[in-house]
Amino acid sequence: MKETTHIKPYLRLSGLEPLIVRPETNFVNVGERTNVTGSKKFARLIRESLYEEALSVARQQVENGAQVLDINMDDALLEGVTAMTTFINLLQAEPDIAKIPIMIDSSKFEIIEAGLKCVQGKCIVNSISMKEGEAAFIKQAYICKSYGAAVIVMAFDEIGQADTKIRKVEICKRAYKILTETVGFAPQDIIFDPNIFAIATGIEEHNNYAVDFIEATREIKQLMPLAKVSGGVSNVSFSFRGNDHVREAIHSVFLYHAIKAGMDMGIVNAGQLVILDDIEPTLKQLCENVILNINNDDNGATEKLIQFAETVKAKGKEIIKDESWRKEAVQKRIAHALIHGITEYIDADTEEARLQYPKPLDVIEGPLMDGMNIVGDLFGEGKMFLPQVVKSARVMKKAVAVLTPFIEQEKADRRNDKTANSNNQQDALGPAKILLATVKGDVHDIGKNIVGVVLGCNGYEIIDLGVMVSADKILTEAQKHQVSIIGLSGLITPSLDEMVHIAKEMTRLNMNIPLLIGGATTSRMHTAVKIAPEYEHGVVHVLDASRSVTVAGTLLNKEQQPEFVKEIKKEYDQLKLDFGNKKSAKQLIAIHEAQQNIASIDWDNYIPVPPSFMGTKIIDDYNLAEIAEYIDWQPFFIAWEMHGKFPQILSDDIIGVEATKLYEDAKILLQQLINEKWLTAKGVVGYWETKKIAPDSLVVKSEKNIQLEFLRQQIKKAAGQPNLSLADFINPTHTDYIGAFSVTIQGIEKHIKRFEENLDDYNKIILQALADRLAEAFAELLHKKTRTEYWGYSKDETLNTDALIEEKYQGIRPAPGYPACPDHTEKYKLFELLGGENATGITLTESLAMYPASSVCGWYFAHPESKYFGVGKINKDQVEDYAKRKGMTIVEATKWLRPIIE
Amino acid sequence: MSTIKDILKERILIIDGAMGTMIQQHKLEEEDYRGDRFKDWHKDVKGNNDLLSLTQPQLITAIHKQYLDAGADIIETNTFSSTSIAQADYDMQSLAYELNVAAATCARKAANESTAANPTKPRFVAGAIGPLNKTLSLSPDVNNPGFRAVTFDEVAQAYTEQINGLVDGGVDLLLIETIFDTLNAKAAIYAVKNYFKEKGIPELPVMISGTITDASGRTLSGQTLEAFYISVMHANPLSIGLNCALGAKEMRPHIEELSSLASCFTSAYPNAGLPNAFGEYDEQPHETAHIIEEWAKEGFVNIVGGCCGTTPDHIKHIAEEVKKFKPRALPIVDVI
Repeated sequence: MKETTHIKPYLRLSGLEPLIVRPETNFVNVGERTNVTGSKKFARLIRESLYEEALSVARQQVENGAQVLDINMDDALLEGVTAMTTFINLLQAEPDIAKIPIMIDSSKFEIIEAGLKCVQGKCIVNSISMKEGEAAFIKQAYICKSYGAAVIVMAFDEIGQADTKIRKVEICKRAYKILTETVGFAPQDIIFDPNIFAIATGIEEHNNYAVDFIEATREIKQLMPLAKVSGGVSNVSFSFRGNDHVREAIHSVFLYHAIKAGMDMGIVNAGQLVILDDIEPTLKQLCENVILNINNDDNGATEKLIQFAETVKAKGKEIIKDESWRKEAVQKRIAHALIHGITEYIDADTEEARLQYPKPLDVIEGPLMDGMNIVGDLFGEGKMFLPQVVKSARVMKKAVAVLTPFIEQEKADRRNDKTANSNNQQDALGPAKILLATVKGDVHDIGKNIVGVVLGCNGYEIIDLGVMVSADKILTEAQKHQVSIIGLSGLITPSLDEMVHIAKEMTRLNMNIPLLIGGATTSRMHTAVKIAPEYEHGVVHVLDASRSVTVAGTLLNKEQQPEFVKEIKKEYDQLKLDFGNKKSAKQLIAIHEAQQNIASIDWDNYIPVPPSFMGTKIIDDYNLAEIAEYIDWQPFFIAWEMHGKFPQILSDDIIGVEATKLYEDAKILLQQLINEKWLTAKGVVGYWETKKIAPDSLVVKSEKNIQLEFLRQQIKKAAGQPNLSLADFINPTHTDYIGAFSVTIQGIEKHIKRFEENLDDYNKIILQALADRLAEAFAELLHKKTRTEYWGYSKDETLNTDALIEEKYQGIRPAPGYPACPDHTEKYKLFELLGGENATGITLTESLAMYPASSVCGWYFAHPESKYFGVGKINKDQVEDYAKRKGMTIVEATKWLRPIIE
Repeated sequence: MSTIKDILKERILIIDGAMGTMIQQHKLEEEDYRGDRFKDWHKDVKGNNDLLSLTQPQLITAIHKQYLDAGADIIETNTFSSTSIAQADYDMQSLAYELNVAAATCARKAANESTAANPTKPRFVAGAIGPLNKTLSLSPDVNNPGFRAVTFDEVAQAYTEQINGLVDGGVDLLLIETIFDTLNAKAAIYAVKNYFKEKGIPELPVMISGTITDASGRTLSGQTLEAFYISVMHANPLSIGLNCALGAKEMRPHIEELSSLASCFTSAYPNAGLPNAFGEYDEQPHETAHIIEEWAKEGFVNIVGGCCGTTPDHIKHIAEEVKKFKPRALPIVDVI
């Protein structure tokens, strides 16, 4: 019989997972950005019913460390009950957000109750008070209790909001008594908000507000130790709005004192708290004086802080370089340079450090690794973002480059000195090695390069085999270098099969190191269902660079590894099982039925516009400056794992500052590559007569009469909804026209090489991402020329770049291998029509990726009703039909269509 | 007379086994379900087991008797689906209140007879409140994750009607069970709280029993066990426990975890193993009982019994095995 358990009276909350506020919890961050009154962005998204995007605000809060999510829909323009219900219901379907408890925040009780009706977990109600008297307070408290929620009680009574310490404590005591004695609330479920008011407003009565809050907190916690204290932190600095630098400092100093006094939780911008020690001492002292109301007679302290704030403000965008860190010891300087990505002094600093340490390697293992560890931690905590980390890596590489000759020299010296049997351990044991490669047939490597940089930052030695690497080479190299992990990347769908193949090979070769899978086309589900079953020593899908660090760390930790591999395997087995179970749920109709249910287009009233010329036209060395005007920047930021709409991302609360820096750097490089003609844009377009000969087949009238085959949606549609195929957009009875294009950006290699030699991954990745953007922009530009000039079916179109990005124009340019026509092998026909590889210099790999990687191709459809769609899952009957039409064996067709076969 | 709380401190109580499994053995036909009263009903009703409380009350009472004779201290009313929402499948939503009264009456009658026969072993009737066929946290439409087929208010109202019938029929306890969506359970708790508050009568003790659906250790609506418990703690329940979905073997780690978390009594009534390829339960009474015996020995449980596939024979074996062990001691709830 075991000992009797003790159960502690902690505040216990839950989302999908529990949150228990223990004494050692210190401080609970409540994410504040999902609040329409506090975040303009969130308010706009909700007002425009862009709930999916609004969810990403919530997700970002969770990722930045929010432990509870405050949701507020109090906006005069919103139907609050509906908005709250809709948002929370959607949120419940997102396990990564719904895992944390929710704080339902409203000044209208009906909105609070609507929220309570949607949440299975134990929430916090924010807030109730005695503003309208005891009776209303008791009634609301009882309702909250019957939904099992904890409550925030505002220090507010019939007289008004409490501003002094005495009033705050008095109201909280009274509310506590009513809640525990009359309503039957557990004391730990009561959270007081003793009102944080703005200080430094210039009105002397306000000067003691922060002290009143802090002291009230101290007394409340003494009198009612199980109750909690919370508050909306950003109020305190309200008079400094527009000056985030000073506001953040005030928040940190305020929290430091309030938490010491017993504050348990607060509504904060989880991504934006500065570390107390990072605040410049002058500012910190000024904040302290204002918050604690010291030396503040006649607003003395306030005036000083305001003056200081003015100087920060006056600096505006002109950031004055703070060089004070140069006075620190060399170790600190190195750390500073790493954290802030400053290369300016690193050579000299590294040299200085080298002279201080016995061996050059000690500098790497000492100050450099210490600095990188801080970078790794800050990144892990969401306090640094990818572009910053890549800059840190650049500093690290430069420092290592300074040391390398000395390390080599030392090795050589040792070899010369060595006695006959000395077995030099130090050389054998280096950092763990990780091999990275983009698989055979695939040429995309931006993501892989980023992962390489980030892992490199975390002390691993990266062996990057580049792109289009065969399984054989990957595995031979892995064994040769005795790597600890293999990471595979791929962007196009055929790469998935190649990854399965590599996993099988690893099993056959009795390898036992873990395999990481990443890249845009990969997924947790595919990894679980197809790759993991082929190799038993750990196959892990890694979503992004930030995850790769923890995954690699766990896999290389002898104690954690077995458990982790077991957990992942369990998770994947479950996914696989779920996948198996779900399969039957999708209802697909027979292909011949789908081919009856085509898009209904009024062809009788449509007269196709003949292109201004027939056949192809090569466009060589197009003006890059003009192309650059068509760039869609959003994917550029996504490449850097910065998600959000452009240009709003530049003013985003959390990543805005870093996004802006990145954007500025990218624009500089873009200008340079245009001015100095680093790259060449090449393209070809072609237009032909075409005739539909079967529901999903067209004949293109060129010299050879090439027959195109399309795939059709097979999912059962609602009545009146067609099963689409691109062939539907071509006139079934009369002659119509079709076009095609391919574009590429050439000449990147030598610049990449130059950046690599300069150890500048940051600019290398920017350049790669820009080349991709330019290829897309060139495609967009040619599409416009096609519409208004070459084909000319839409001559009077006037659209700006934004409208272009939103695809508001007539006609589409789908690419073979993408959702509307998922078979990559149709690219052969497209290339043949456009004059083969000679036209632009683009070559096709065996997996039908285009090389150079910054290339785009596609078909042109002109009909006003043509639109982008996804074919979705298809059934065997369509595969058979398609194989027959293409003259392929079913095995071969299955191979190419596998990702979409049900 | 001593209350159930007093008895739970002294010994492990036995809750009954499956009702559906027992009904199945009688191979009833459509006409048996219909009885005289519903012989012209416009919809097929075969399979509506709860209807039998009205049309075959003697059969339901007899099954209760079998479980009582096997040693059950607590029997569950035949009301798993007796809500207006669940009965809508048979167009019988208007019968909800009546079904609950009838089922509670059958169970009450059987329990009273057993108590009268042996007053030292008082028997209790638990009004079974099932999970519903519509859920508040999950969307039935994969393309529209924000959609809900039913509202909190509708669920709470349906449960209120059920509670009203069960209380009027004379149950001793309420048992919110087979919870796979915690929000449905919260609506039931909400209904319980408000029902008794409005009637102005003391609340009946509430037992809560959730369902962990698989080895992930989570409910169908995605909560971990601890998160689930935290979400229903405000019911201030007599007991918290687990039932259904898993056999005793699979349930063990979860019931162990729960017994370390719960400040109230704990209950566990697993299925008779996992279903075989034919969807049948073939774990034998002594097998189930053997696993549960170990829980009792470890001090994990206060109430044990069976769910799908278990029979009076299972209950008899379980009762035999656990009677030699002391019940789980209630944890000490610190006040500071």
